[in-house]
Amino acid sequence: MNLKGRHLIDPNDFTIDELNSILDLAVDMKKDLSRYSNLCKGKILATLFYEPSTRTRLSFESAMLRMGGNVLGFADSTTSSASKGESLSDTIRVINGYADIAVIRHPKEGSAKLASEHSYISVINGGDGGHQHPTQTLTDLLTIKLYKDNIENLKVALCGDLKYGRTVHSLIKTLARYNNISFYLVSPNQLKLPEYIKENVKEKYNATIFETENLEDVINEVDILYMTRIQRERFFNEEDYLKLKNSYILTKDKISKSKENMLIMHPLPRVNEIDSSVDSDKRAVYFEQAHNGVFVRMALMAKLLGVV
Amino acid sequence: MLEVTSINCGIVIDHINCGNGQKIFEKLNLGNVDFPVVLLMNVPSKKLGKKDIIKIENKIDLNLDMLGLIDSDITINIIENGNISKKMNVDIPKKVSGLFKCENPRCISNSDIYATPTFTLVNKNKNKIKYQCNYCDDFTYFNQR
Repeated sequence: MNLKGRHLIDPNDFTIDELNSILDLAVDMKKDLSRYSNLCKGKILATLFYEPSTRTRLSFESAMLRMGGNVLGFADSTTSSASKGESLSDTIRVINGYADIAVIRHPKEGSAKLASEHSYISVINGGDGGHQHPTQTLTDLLTIKLYKDNIENLKVALCGDLKYGRTVHSLIKTLARYNNISFYLVSPNQLKLPEYIKENVKEKYNATIFETENLEDVINEVDILYMTRIQRERFFNEEDYLKLKNSYILTKDKISKSKENMLIMHPLPRVNEIDSSVDSDKRAVYFEQAHNGVFVRMALMAKLLGVV
Repeated sequence: MLEVTSINCGIVIDHINCGNGQKIFEKLNLGNVDFPVVLLMNVPSKKLGKKDIIKIENKIDLNLDMLGLIDSDITINIIENGNISKKMNVDIPKKVSGLFKCENPRCISNSDIYATPTFTLVNKNKNKIKYQCNYCDDFTYFNQR
């Protein structure tokens, strides 16, 4: 399936078949990494990170280096010309002459789309404010695929900050397109999923959505529990953050009656929403989920560069 | 009743819902032109009960998207030699670019001059017209009444 030259800004930019072709390649890359070590020789990835990142930036860099390519970029807007007032559009136009593919993370929602409008090299959205994070979704899908074989007939609980949680937004929009997925949304009233996403998945894909403020209502029913962090950086007011930061804390006790094959996922970083005692539970897959990010980003870049 | 003479060559914007006449007058910047213009407010109307009318003694360019956004009930009459040569209706525009701001303060279109706020119509209920931002996907609402 040819994806050469395409942008990935929103997970709905790709069809389910296109997403599955990336996941299939990622599975193969995970099995035999050495086979792909020269795939991107001579190619350069630009990492434009206007907002802090550990996993996304480093896994993109690792992915390109593992395929024999090179990486340039910045990890902080203060070390780029953005600090001199350069617009995002001008920066991406310049980067077009320096690299073959670019990943951008920016605090403003819609920023990656703006960048793609001014770019002839592929632009990948590495997170735009509280909007979308499509490559985290690819990572999540790969993890589900590896554990559950198929991405269908699943009860998925998403817990925490569903309002500003871009990983949740992208994941719901994508999973809603797969067969027979039910959503259990668990959040404080102030951090509920935005209406535009709820409408989108209900009207377009007829998705089943159940909402609650209590994790205990759903924890023993679901196949996947996707925990998220209450994000201090998305609040305008510190007091509001402090009121909500401890809304959900997952402990060993709470999962004692959950399904034995339930997956506990988290896009990371975590603060205190999953107690460290849960880490040793076989259902906790969040660290492997983070590792999968490298393979899926390798597959994505290889496809967008047209080298496979 | 107050009488205003008809115009010879220009535009009449008719059937404006009361209160919207002034908004359109300001958007078309008609307070700063050197040709004759008139804004009639609260004129009796068979169709609307009361209405506003704008008469412009000149053929100016009109942004029909902007007019349809403010009031989709209006009729535009083009006048030539004292007679109506063309009649047009407007509709709530399906796509809008650069006419209003996104309500989401975190949207890139509120902070980058190259990101022209662009929207797609989602719901055309006149009491709560709903547009979706093409950048951040969030909803921005309008009320024509």
